Amino acid sequence: MTTTSSSAPAPGRKVNRIGLELAAYRGGKSTLCAGCGHNAISERIVEACYEMGVESERVIKLSGIGCSSKSPAYFLGQAHGFNAVHGRMPSVATGATLANHRMLAMGVSGDGDTGAIGIGQFVHLMRRNVPMIYIVENNGCYGLTKGQLSPTADLGSTLKNGVVNDLPPVDLCALAMDLGASFVARSFSGDKKQMLSLLKAAIAHRGTAMLDILSPCVTFNDHEGSTKSYSYVKDHEEPLEEISFVPFFEEISIDYEPGTVRAVTLHDGSKLLLKKLAGDYDPGNKAMARRVIHESAARGEFPTGLIYVDPTRPDFLALLNLVDQPLAELPAGRTRPPREALDAINDALR
Amino acid sequence: MTSPSLASRGVTSGPAAFPVVNDFSIQVATVNGSGSQTANLVLLRSLFQSGVPVSGKNLFPSNIAGLPTWFTIRACRHGYVGRKKGTDILVAMNPETAHEDVLGLDPGAVVVYDEPLRLNALRDDLVFYAVPFDKLVAPVCPDAKLRKLVRNMIYDGVLAKLLGIELEEVDRALDRQLAKKPKALALNQAALRAGFDYAAANLEKRDPFVAERMQATSGRILVDGNAAAAIGAMMAGVTVVTWYPITPSSSLCETLATYMRRYRMDPETGKATFAVVQAEDELSALGMALGAGWMGARSMTATSGPGISLMAEFTGLGYYAEVPAVIFDVQRVGPSTGLPTRTAQGDILSTAFLSHGDTRHPMLLPSSPREIYEMAIAAFDLAERLQTPVFVMSDLDLGMNTWMSEPFPYPDAPMDRGKRLTPETLAALGEWGRYRDVDGDGIPYRTVAGDGLPPYFCRGSGHNDRAQYSERPGDYVANIDRIDRKFQHARTLVPPPVVERVEGARVGVIGYGTSHWAIVESRDQLREEAGLDTSYLRLRAFPFGPELEAFVAAHDRVYVVEQNRDGQMASLVTLDLDAALAPRVRRVLHYDGLPVDARTITDEILRQEAAAHQEARR
Repeated sequence: MTTTSSSAPAPGRKVNRIGLELAAYRGGKSTLCAGCGHNAISERIVEACYEMGVESERVIKLSGIGCSSKSPAYFLGQAHGFNAVHGRMPSVATGATLANHRMLAMGVSGDGDTGAIGIGQFVHLMRRNVPMIYIVENNGCYGLTKGQLSPTADLGSTLKNGVVNDLPPVDLCALAMDLGASFVARSFSGDKKQMLSLLKAAIAHRGTAMLDILSPCVTFNDHEGSTKSYSYVKDHEEPLEEISFVPFFEEISIDYEPGTVRAVTLHDGSKLLLKKLAGDYDPGNKAMARRVIHESAARGEFPTGLIYVDPTRPDFLALLNLVDQPLAELPAGRTRPPREALDAINDALR
Repeated sequence: MTSPSLASRGVTSGPAAFPVVNDFSIQVATVNGSGSQTANLVLLRSLFQSGVPVSGKNLFPSNIAGLPTWFTIRACRHGYVGRKKGTDILVAMNPETAHEDVLGLDPGAVVVYDEPLRLNALRDDLVFYAVPFDKLVAPVCPDAKLRKLVRNMIYDGVLAKLLGIELEEVDRALDRQLAKKPKALALNQAALRAGFDYAAANLEKRDPFVAERMQATSGRILVDGNAAAAIGAMMAGVTVVTWYPITPSSSLCETLATYMRRYRMDPETGKATFAVVQAEDELSALGMALGAGWMGARSMTATSGPGISLMAEFTGLGYYAEVPAVIFDVQRVGPSTGLPTRTAQGDILSTAFLSHGDTRHPMLLPSSPREIYEMAIAAFDLAERLQTPVFVMSDLDLGMNTWMSEPFPYPDAPMDRGKRLTPETLAALGEWGRYRDVDGDGIPYRTVAGDGLPPYFCRGSGHNDRAQYSERPGDYVANIDRIDRKFQHARTLVPPPVVERVEGARVGVIGYGTSHWAIVESRDQLREEAGLDTSYLRLRAFPFGPELEAFVAAHDRVYVVEQNRDGQMASLVTLDLDAALAPRVRRVLHYDGLPVDARTITDEILRQEAAAHQEARR
């Protein structure tokens, strides 16, 4: 096996800025149901990494347990992957980034994995602003155990067997924002363009980029009465802005009308261009973002797009004042104190 | 139960006829939060500096201030440092417990008490010394608010005079303790002097206990096991430390963080060569450690029983996905919240098999600060060599109490980073499989993200030897059997037991961890008091080596001494032995939350020996 960046493409094939074809970013064949929204998300991840010229061997992909958590096997076959225990991917991802801050960490979770069993770890991951992309493939149900309700299922949504959900949903975007995530977005697995822009921006962001992606479950939750069905989401999706993303390595050339476009500069110099659809929506304003989320929810609508971003908040690793070389790669000479240090310790205890 | 050494001391008046030199235990009964720790450590250190072997044990409640706490200091010229059953000298400072404390003493014991408590009315078979603490503290500490903290130093002065501890040594110990707080130092010096002078002028020596200078502590250090473990982890080159506060383990990571900030900052950049993260719970603490271990960092966490319970699922993942991590378990009394500030060896069985499915984990069993220091270093090597979570089983007695120790030796052996795939190995192998056993020891080669070598998908679900998802029966069995081969191989890698075979002994003792110190003393008691010679095997790790079965086979009866109700190590030992040897394994158990003492072991072995002989005669 060789590293992806060194393989030369065949002449005439379309390649990205590091000379790779799109196919180099694919993973194993999906074993999810045909038509599952999660597969569309995997495909967008492949495209986003391709377009951004990400080196797969600099990516670690992590997940918990569930249908969504299977998907890291289906993209970026040249990246190391870790399928952790149910709801606990955030801690594994945190430890991994502590060990090697140079890797791009990409986590995939589900609404049960994040909103139920893993809510504690989710909360603290957001709070720490651990530098990673955290994707929730949100279908409002437990697919792998055959369709039980999850904590993001909407009040009043029904299961195939007629059971009605009588508890209010957890809004992961509102929660992530309140807790300190520095990039919070929502999208829909059927919205290719928006999701791709958001994923590319998330790759450029430094800090926790939380993407809540509504991804209908074709087997258990794509029916009349489900608020996470394709038809419901299509009818009730309410984009906050039209999104365009310009990576740091590309010239900015935009066709938006001046005055309606807001550019957000991300960590690596990339620009996120937001053409406002909803009046004066400002993704840098947490209070406004909160209001929009709650008001839309009351109308049964899902605001999509970049809900909140703060490119200036220091990420967790920055707070730890770590040496530049990844901790995992430090040689013994830098991690074992010299003999004089131990002598001093012993002397102080005499 | 009466200790023979105490019963023989019926001295109640006049100067002691038979001085008892450097062989006594002092118990200081106070209220926690009253600042007695300084006075207690100064007293302990004064004896230590005088060359007398000592140990200090803090018996404290799960509370910050206001509940009774006892600090016991044992001085022993024979070098026994286990807990001594019974108290020779009680310092009764706590009105709440004073009556009960006095009534529990053996005849001949000494009571130094706060005069207004009038404890001398309670019994006529003890030696009482009344000290008017409040009257003495007032002139030396004009600030009434500080008196509560300073008055404890008065009993150090009284005891120094009564026992004959050189005042210069107490002064030196006090200097050391409070060197950075000159104002507190001056107040305490004055209180110390006030106590000493009061005793000199007003107390006539009527007890036999005497401290005399010895030369038995030179070159030694005083340290607690958590600090020793922390120093070991730092010297092992740990880079990622993730933890969640829990008594009695918290001070391990806190001390580690302090040492790391001092000795592990990059000299050129002033940046940290480590990360210490307080996690949101123990699940997360181990999850982070595994995430870091998977990436190739040396990672660890420290916890106690309830945390071990929470770490069960992740431990199974670490075992099956084969990810290194080091877990320090500073054991306390369970189940559930149990007695959070009391000691036990109660997590042995649950840790050995932690998690669901077929799992087994290496455990190291340190008995002293020096050993936990060395085992901390060994644990990181083993975790990476075996690619699995490794547990270091300390306990509250080792972790939080003060022990004499040999200084920590510098680790001369290079770190063992285990089987990491290299381009050369890859070329030699031709095809690499993450979970393929190519060397016959069950240990495969691993790659880590960022090393430029082939990636793999790490998972806790079924996989084949190329790390591909698999539910095929053959793949599962091949993999889980290989992991067992790896565990069997671990028998040859972990620290072997320490075996002391006594010529002609028909009885053996097996111990581990802190029980060791009471066993050492008990074996002397058995020989001197009952003429019973015993051999001794001290376990230092699980899985066991071949020495264990040979030891059991060489003795008629083998007593496994441990600090839990169910004989957890005895069970583990029995599982490992040829079934024919199992009946030889007997259990000596102690589980009231106090460190086990020699007398308890001696009595129980003699009781079981008598029963065994009676059985044989029948």
